Amino acid sequence: MNLQSPLGRVRGLGSAKEGVHHWWSQRLTAVALVPLSLWFIYSLVVVTGADYATVVAWLSNPLQAVLMLIFVISLYYHAALGLQVVIEDYIKPEWQKIACLILVKFLALLAGLSSAIAVLKVYLGL
Amino acid sequence: MAEFTLPKNSKVKLGKTFANAEGATNKKTFRVYRWEPDSGENPRLDSYEINLDNCGPMVLDAIIYIKNEIDSTLTFRRSCREGICGSCAMNIGGTNTLACTKAINEFDGDVAIYPLPHMPVIKDLVPDLTHFYAQYASIKPWMQTQSALPPDAERLQSKEEREKLDGLYECILCACCSTSCPSYWWNSDRYLGPAILLQAYRWIIDSRDEYTGERLDDLEDPFRLYRCHTIMNCTNTCPKGLNPAKAIAEIKKLMVSRTV
Repeated sequence: MNLQSPLGRVRGLGSAKEGVHHWWSQRLTAVALVPLSLWFIYSLVVVTGADYATVVAWLSNPLQAVLMLIFVISLYYHAALGLQVVIEDYIKPEWQKIACLILVKFLALLAGLSSAIAVLKVYLGL
Repeated sequence: MAEFTLPKNSKVKLGKTFANAEGATNKKTFRVYRWEPDSGENPRLDSYEINLDNCGPMVLDAIIYIKNEIDSTLTFRRSCREGICGSCAMNIGGTNTLACTKAINEFDGDVAIYPLPHMPVIKDLVPDLTHFYAQYASIKPWMQTQSALPPDAERLQSKEEREKLDGLYECILCACCSTSCPSYWWNSDRYLGPAILLQAYRWIIDSRDEYTGERLDDLEDPFRLYRCHTIMNCTNTCPKGLNPAKAIAEIKKLMVSRTV
């Protein structure tokens, strides 16, 4: 039985005093991803059909490598932020929500770091 | 998961049909959601055919006509009949609006009338707004100041400062916007919803209020404020033509402007 007052329920645990950073980061990465995605698609078109040595040479260019690094990091960061909101919106049981949030963050970190290391590996010629 | 279908005991069945317009040329059928808490039965949709020549031009006139002339058990809230009290907010023809300012002739064919979506129903078209009002109380909708009021003067506001309240002070808290917002449907236990956030912004932007920072502190929360995903149903449905989505966007901008 819940005899807590309606106002007590609304006030709940109080404000988390956060959310701005999440919102601002999501917008910043979104803005960054517009030109980066266009560059990425353009690059794919250019590189498609080329042999291995040409692609390696292309990614060994510092400009391309840096753009590619920023692209993959922004992409996975943006995806993690977005998926977090979807999970918080739709998954109700608390343990399922937390489990999904952890899973998404870990997967984003894994995919982002793997992509970054792959780029660095090619760039550094390791 | 969020609830996408109605529970079994909330499924709406077909109800009774009342024909009250034999021989009339100007007639209209209203299909109205009915539910009684005491009967233990599922909600039903009753049909009322009425002669529009006998009733006023607005949907509220038709509902009042039905209650007076056809079926006195129909329950709904109403008061001012001129769009200023917000009592007769309901879902008419698939859109949340005020029955008193919605003209019947705006609808082709039958008019379907339901209570405001995704709120607990008390009876028929009367939703339980307790939580909504508690959320309103939680934003402290009154002027808060530190400086004492001069004993011989009012708190002054320039014309430009007063203009910032235009588009905000007109809100009558009918709850049409909040109950049209999917984010509010899924997370109203923690998300304040468009109506309350517009009201919060009304006090944040008031030049006479001195607790702007504390007000922003209270809203800075992933759920209270940031469940707004700019869906814009609130602005589309507002029967007063206000723009809650813009008010929420302004709050988000203020949040950022005090960090960057």
